[in-house]
Amino acid sequence: MKLTVNGKKRSYAGLPFKRLLDVLREDFGLTGTKEGCGEGECGACTVLVDGEPVNSCLVPVGQMEGAQVETVESLASAKKLSRLQSAFLEKGGAQCGICTPGMLMAAEAHRRAGGKKTRQAVCTAVSGNLCRCTGYKHIVDSVMAALKGRK
Amino acid sequence: MRKGTVGANALRKEGPDKLTGAARYIDDYDIPGALFGVTVRSPGPRGRIKDVRFDLAFPWDQCVIATAKDIPGKNAVHLLGDDQPLLADGVVNHALEPILLIAHADRATAWRALEHVHVDLEPLEPVLTMEDSLSQKQVVWGLDNVFKDITIVKGDAQAALAEAPVVVEGEYRVPHQEQAYIENQGMAAWFEDGTLVVMGSLQCPYYVHKALQPLFALPPEKVRVIHAVTGGGFGGKEEYPNMIGGHAALLALKAKKPVKMVYDRTEDMLATTKRHPAVVRHRTGLTKDGKLLAQEVDIVMDGGAYMTLSPVVLSRGILHASGPYECPNVSFRARAVATNTPPNGAFRGFGAPQTLFAVELHWEKIAAVLKKDSIALRRLNALRPGSTMATGQVLKDSVSAVQVLDTVVKKSAWAKTRQAHARWNKDPKKPTWRGLGLSLVHHGGGFTGNGEVYLKSRAGVSIDRKGSVKVLAGSTEMGQGASSTLAQIVADALGLPYDSVSVERPDTANVPDSGPTVASRTTMVVGGLLKRAAEDLKLALAKHGGSAKRLCGDALERRFLAEYERAPGMSFDDKTYKGDAYATYGYGALAVELEVDKATWETRLLRVVTAQDVGKAVNPRVVEGQIVGGTVQGLGWALLEQCVYKAGVMQNPRLTDYVIPTALDVPDVEALIVENPFPGGPFGAKGVGEMPMDLPGPAVAAAVLAATGLFLPFLPLTPERIQAAADAAQAEKELVS
Amino acid sequence: MRFLRARTPEEALRLAEKHPDAKPLAGGTDLMVAWNAGRLDGKTMLDLSPLKAWARISPAKDGADVGALVTHARLMRHPEVLKFWPLLAEACGTVGGPQIQARGTLGGNIANASPAGDPFPPLAVYEARVRLVHAGGRRELAFLDVFAGVKKTHLAPGELIESVHLPHPPKPSRQLFRKIGTRAAQAISKTMMAGLLWLERDGAVREVRFALGSMAPTVKRLHAAEEFLRGRRLDRPTVDKAVELLAADVSPIDDVRSTRAYRLRAAQNVFRGFLEGRLGRS
Repeated sequence: MKLTVNGKKRSYAGLPFKRLLDVLREDFGLTGTKEGCGEGECGACTVLVDGEPVNSCLVPVGQMEGAQVETVESLASAKKLSRLQSAFLEKGGAQCGICTPGMLMAAEAHRRAGGKKTRQAVCTAVSGNLCRCTGYKHIVDSVMAALKGRK
Repeated sequence: MRKGTVGANALRKEGPDKLTGAARYIDDYDIPGALFGVTVRSPGPRGRIKDVRFDLAFPWDQCVIATAKDIPGKNAVHLLGDDQPLLADGVVNHALEPILLIAHADRATAWRALEHVHVDLEPLEPVLTMEDSLSQKQVVWGLDNVFKDITIVKGDAQAALAEAPVVVEGEYRVPHQEQAYIENQGMAAWFEDGTLVVMGSLQCPYYVHKALQPLFALPPEKVRVIHAVTGGGFGGKEEYPNMIGGHAALLALKAKKPVKMVYDRTEDMLATTKRHPAVVRHRTGLTKDGKLLAQEVDIVMDGGAYMTLSPVVLSRGILHASGPYECPNVSFRARAVATNTPPNGAFRGFGAPQTLFAVELHWEKIAAVLKKDSIALRRLNALRPGSTMATGQVLKDSVSAVQVLDTVVKKSAWAKTRQAHARWNKDPKKPTWRGLGLSLVHHGGGFTGNGEVYLKSRAGVSIDRKGSVKVLAGSTEMGQGASSTLAQIVADALGLPYDSVSVERPDTANVPDSGPTVASRTTMVVGGLLKRAAEDLKLALAKHGGSAKRLCGDALERRFLAEYERAPGMSFDDKTYKGDAYATYGYGALAVELEVDKATWETRLLRVVTAQDVGKAVNPRVVEGQIVGGTVQGLGWALLEQCVYKAGVMQNPRLTDYVIPTALDVPDVEALIVENPFPGGPFGAKGVGEMPMDLPGPAVAAAVLAATGLFLPFLPLTPERIQAAADAAQAEKELVS
Repeated sequence: MRFLRARTPEEALRLAEKHPDAKPLAGGTDLMVAWNAGRLDGKTMLDLSPLKAWARISPAKDGADVGALVTHARLMRHPEVLKFWPLLAEACGTVGGPQIQARGTLGGNIANASPAGDPFPPLAVYEARVRLVHAGGRRELAFLDVFAGVKKTHLAPGELIESVHLPHPPKPSRQLFRKIGTRAAQAISKTMMAGLLWLERDGAVREVRFALGSMAPTVKRLHAAEEFLRGRRLDRPTVDKAVELLAADVSPIDDVRSTRAYRLRAAQNVFRGFLEGRLGRS
């Protein structure tokens, strides 16, 4: 089967019921996407599928034929952090970093969907992502800062 | 003069890697030829292992299996008691106790193997509660089930209580808490030319280093421990990595191949350490004005089946039992007892949140008896410079109890908010009751008592011929900001820009033992060592005309190390618990404004304000991250988090059912950093890692009391428990009328 | 594990007929949890996710048809749904987090038959009908008749959920959705409810529908209380009696998420608040 990952065409010939998360990490070497719970509760494995945030631990890769998958590795361009990533660096949105890839992808989905720039809307957008370090304030600060820079 | 970086929000050294997905956590390492290891665990809480049966249908020839018999050295996970086997041999003392290990080249097959191993136990009567342990219903550990019994006495509490005009008693209970780091425990191990190498998710490389030596009968130089990027610790990766590291190493020895072990969430929650549950009883004698005359406190903590770190958790617990108050007559007793449940261990706060919950909420009870404001009572008794603590320690510098209290009272608009609540709560049309509650704590920085002296921590800096400076310490970055903070201290001590200082990866082959990354000690203690080492480097550089090349001479690099020395005049007696328990204390206050739904008893946090004295915020954003993050972890303990046990087994070992806060559960925590410098800390800094965890529990309980009139001396305050208490109170009222 | 993929509805029906024990797979948000826990080993999965024809919300006589593969994320934002079935939109917004909403489908949720399915109380009070299809034809079940117990439905082997029909309700005098979950988001309900109330001009109850989730093996309408209330004015004794009758239709339990007593008391209080006009909106 064929799918697009981070803009690159990829083919996959393994078991169709392998989790997208494992295919990304093991078959494609994209270990930026993390596993925290394996049951869609923590959001650490969030990637974008056709622009929408999904838990990649809950997606059998067999469903990804022809899909556009985007992971945290796609955000920065050669040596330059995206606006969202820079905001996380400056505002302290990443601490231990394990929830960060998922958090960034959930926030990226919100940004691209033209989501509201209110703290409440940002909290809702990342409410499927658990963080145990930050208490969320700096994450929300980071996303807000990135959204403010948006036209 | 160039502006320093201490006090600035320097960016995290490891930040970009974490933001691009480049940072490698242990499970991100593809180790060539590595097998994946899993653990067969005890099905019951206590018993003799009768048989271990393997289903014939499974391809066992593809697996490597290790048991206690394969351990070359002593079958004990080295810690305080050495009582915990790496693998059970004959008997099990808690459910989920590791019995044997299996490795397979394919991860999924390894997990599946677990379904094909059956452990038959001959059950022995377990002890599952602290009460049954204390009454010695069964003796399951040592002679009396007691891991540690500590007493602190000052003056004559009994006599003072007999004469006190007012005596207030109370009993407080706090539950387990799961660290719930988002990265589960994981370690990899392999042998390299006779050297055992272990890499993984851990807080304390040298703890693992020390634990592996006796297990494998290896000298120190034949063991190497490397830190992988660690996705949260909170104490949960302080001592448990000794266990999983030992397991991975044992399988690697047997397999003669690298072995990786990574728990899934359920195994992590079922089997690894949690915060100690505790029961704390207070008898407090006061004058009619509310001045403390005597504090009698009895503390019991549930250590679980093995000692782990329980004695030192208990020690920190009893040393914070007084709260940040001065009392002339003190009698404290604390015991950690054994139960046949998975061992409890380190968790942010380390015994202090348990005892501080009791003493802080007790003020609300005292205030009700005396008909006085609990804040005024706190202010009246709070520690001040010159105060004498329960251990006889006389406080000198950086004593900020009153300052943080006043800061929070002012910032939360205490009196005005309470008046507004009184009006709100009188209106039957409002769907909620509102309340404001407060807590005030102190938290000792660094190891307790002589701990730092025994540790003899060493840390330092290196410089190479090009002048690049590196921080050398075994202290780990686990999200708390150690990397940037330590680099900032070194940069300023050297007068160099922040970017010119990097941090060496913690690896026992390459960095000195700066002690464990725990106990709010990294900035204050390790930062202090680094500052001294950097100052030595600066002097040496000056001697060589500022030339790194000349300083290095023929060597590739030069290293400057500093070793811990106790400040003059400090002493502590481990036997009598007299003396300077901690070099200094942080002080924090926190106010919680919340509402309780009249129909559903659901709580909603409206506002959380806290002020915390950290001496000096080396990196204010990092400090704020610690305060806000710790506060939210504490709010989770106070309101949501519950480990449900049945027969010694956690019944809700999933993030679906063990509920930690989401972004929508908490308001933005307003954190005010107070800087009252501590002369013994680098640039005046004190610890901050743990203190935020101490505050939310009692403040939330006080706020629920203010809102509903219900005094609930336990956590968590779930809607179910508030409902049950409200209904009981209603029934009592109806009975009386 | 076999993984069958249907590309058209016809293929889906054919495969379902040929493999009547196959587990239909839509968004996977429930099934994959079971798969990850090893509970689906050796099973055959029938992937329906490519069926575009079943992923539409289309206007229908007296209402709308929601394809089985419509996601919660679409339902919660759909203008028609927001206008005519706002309780359903609200409920869909409380399903898991944004990731689960984006992936989980209405049909998948119904087929999963959890007692805690968030959209179920609204579907119960809107008296939705579930259209089932198999190789031999179609049939329709009233929403409540789909469920046989915890995680059990009355779907026959080889039968698939094609769509859910939502009839336009008359404009209610009062309506309410309330989920009492384990936390503010990404939560499983301890109890939840949906209510619709139509009052006569004189204040008597013309019609009332109230449904509870997580209070019994399947979602429950409060038949006893509804029948009692019909034609009565909502005075204190009437409300008292209705609240008392709530217990007749549910059987809450103690579990790791909550207690029987709490579930009952909270549901009764919200029901009371709804009848007294303190909770809900017009």
